[in-house]
This record gives sequence, structure tokens and C-alpha cells, in this order.
Amino acid sequence: MAQEIENQYKEILNEYMKKQTEQNLYVGQNFSRQLILENIAPEEVISMHKAAIQELYSELPEVVWHSFDFLIEMMINYGLALQERQSLLKQQEELKVEMDLAANVQETLLKTKLPLLEGLDIGLLSIPARKMNGDYIYFVSDHDGYAGVAVADVIGKGLPAALCMSMIKFGMDSLNSSHALPKDVLSVINRIVEKSVDDSMFVSMFYSNYDAKQARLTYGSAGHEPAILYRAKDNEFSELFAKGLLLGVSPAAVYEEHTVDLEKGDLVIMMTDGVTEGRNEDGFIEREVIFELIERKKDEPAQSIVQYVYDELERMQNAQFQDDFTLVIYKKV
Amino acid sequence: MNIQVDLTESDNILEGFIRGEIDAHTAPVLREKLETYQNHQGLKAELDLSNVNYMDSTGLGVFVAFYKSVNSNGGHVKLKGLSARLKRLFDITGLGDIMDIESVGKGGN
Repeated sequence: MAQEIENQYKEILNEYMKKQTEQNLYVGQNFSRQLILENIAPEEVISMHKAAIQELYSELPEVVWHSFDFLIEMMINYGLALQERQSLLKQQEELKVEMDLAANVQETLLKTKLPLLEGLDIGLLSIPARKMNGDYIYFVSDHDGYAGVAVADVIGKGLPAALCMSMIKFGMDSLNSSHALPKDVLSVINRIVEKSVDDSMFVSMFYSNYDAKQARLTYGSAGHEPAILYRAKDNEFSELFAKGLLLGVSPAAVYEEHTVDLEKGDLVIMMTDGVTEGRNEDGFIEREVIFELIERKKDEPAQSIVQYVYDELERMQNAQFQDDFTLVIYKKV
Repeated sequence: MNIQVDLTESDNILEGFIRGEIDAHTAPVLREKLETYQNHQGLKAELDLSNVNYMDSTGLGVFVAFYKSVNSNGGHVKLKGLSARLKRLFDITGLGDIMDIESVGKGGN
């Protein structure tokens, strides 16, 4: 094999020495790619070159051969650097496979099911900016006319954030009730996160509980972007603000909760800051822009509204979301 | 995507000026600089954010971590010069209630 490569090299070199055309150079370029594929080190290429020149021009003075030996020595570290790069590429590839696996596990683990509730149409979209989603959405439903939903954003990204989310999920599962009140849910999760998470990782979370019979939403927030209420009869948007500290900052945090009764055509818009903190060349995309998008589609099914907002925001930001995007819309029908 | 952090400390009083954007890319720079001081006993820190034109939740995380450390060592952190946008971020997260924060337009919105 090596002999064959040496012969090929000698032939290509010889052609070039005779004619020096672009075509000869092109052949040489292609051959060098093949050498890289075959893992031939730079110093080996020079050895090959020296051997070929010796055969073709044996009458050259001694100094030329010495100079080649020196050059070979000079190239050895380049060869090592190349080897190192190749092993890094391989490691990177392995890491990528592991990340893909982890992302899959996350997806399976954190899967949630949209609840079916009388008189409520739900739209949902959660799209990670990178491989792992730092946003988390979880529905709790017992098919008894009640459903809870948690919309959370883990501050701190990547793998640690994903692990933190699993904790939230298990915390919610341990409560195991669609009747649970927001202030209780938030307190429980706060204590779990506070105990077990690193000092610079926090979670913001909006939790709401919906009673289908009375069309009543009870909500609380742990430092989360406020949800928005659209009142169909007034054609107006307002914030559903509830005081509460981020989860994981202080074990003593207490959470407010409020209620709002929904009427036909009303929308409750729950989201993460990936929706509201969008930026384009002109600056921030203001919340009013998002309200306008929603208003334009308010008569369509909740899922169409959610999809439309995403598509339009994506267009405004040239398809470059900086943060994970999660948007949930409840529509009273 | 750049940040400038100037910190000067004397007699356990830390004065800081932060300029630029604090996001996932620049937050590690800020975190590293603040970490040098956060374990000093009884540190009084005053950080001026009037030239911070953008901060996301990652940046918020850095300040909370710093606040928690300094507090647990008997010190105090004050953030000043917050723009309306930054102030809103601290208010929504409930941090405005537990941290010492001073916005630019005091009394206004």
C-alpha cells in the first residue's frame, strides 16, 4: 500500500516537473486529500518527496538531501498536532452521540399529555434554542374537570438544567393532584429546588389550576414572566401578575395566588421569556407586537394562534431564537 | 456581545461598574470576577448597572448567586442605576423585594 502511494506520488511529481500546468497541480491537490484520508503524516509526505526526487534527480548536491532531512524533523510536531486534532474530532463525535441520547431521554422523561377539559381549547408549543430544552411544561390532569399546568424556565442551560427539570417533574408527580393550589405547589417545588440545586441555578415557574365547571383559573408565580389575559368582550390584554420569588433562592419564600373567571372567547397566554425577550436589528420585540399577533388570530383554534405567533416571531428574528420558546394558550370556548 | 467589568475593592468596600450586555455568553466573565470577592466577610458591594443595556435570566443568576454568598458572609449587595427594563426583570422574579435595588428614574416608572 505504502509503496503504491509512493509510486503514485513520484508519478504526479514527475508530471508536474516536466510540464508545470494547472492540471498537474490540480491532480496533486486531489492526491493530498487522499493522503489525509489515509492518515499520512506531513513528515511522511516529505520523506516520500525526498525519495522521489532522489530517484528522479540523483545528481543533486548533498546539501539538498540534508535540507530535506532537516525539513522532515521540522514537520514531526505538525504531524503530532494533526493526530491530536483527529482524536479530538472523534471525541467530539462521541460527545455528540451522548448528548443526542440525553436529549432523547429528556424528551421521553418529560413528556406531558394535554388534558381534555370541557369548554377549554389548549394550544402548546415548546421549541428549544439548542439541543436541550431549558423550558419545561407539565400538565397534571385527573379527568375530573380539573387540570394543573406548570410552565417553568430553568435559569442555567444545558445538561444541569435538564437534570433540574427532572427534579421538578418528580416533585409535581409526588403532589399528584390536579386540585392542588398554586401556592402549595410552588412552595413544595421551591423547597425541593432550594435544597438540591447549585447556587447559581434557579427556576422560574408559573402554575395554574383550571376548574372547567366554573371556568375558573387559579394561578401563582415564582418569579415567572406574568401570564396574559385577553378579555374578548373588552378586546383588551392585561397581565396576570402574582407576587412570588424565583424557586431555589430562599426556603422561606411564600407565594400569592389569584383567581380569574374566564368567559367565552377569553384567552390565557402563558409563556417563557424566550417569547417576550426576542430581539432583532432594531432592538427588542415589544410585548405589544405579540399582543397584536394574538389578536389577529384570536378567532382561530388555540394551536393555530400559538403556531402563528411562533412563525411570525421567527420571521422577525431571521429564524434565530436566542432562547428556548414555550407558549401555551388556553381558550375558553 | 461584549461586557466590561471594573471592580475596585478597598477596606472591604467593593465598587463595581458594569457595561454592555449580560447574557449567556458574557455572564461567565462577570461571575468569575465577582467570585473573587464573594467570600470576604462583611463585604459591602455596590454595583452600578447604569450602562448595562441588556440582561437575560443567566445574568440574573449571576447576581443572585453573588447576593446569596455575600449575604451568608454577613455582607451586603446593592445594585444601582437599573434601567426600566432591568428593574422589571428584578420585579417579576421577586428579587426586587429581597435585594437592595435602586433604579434610574426613582419615583417614576
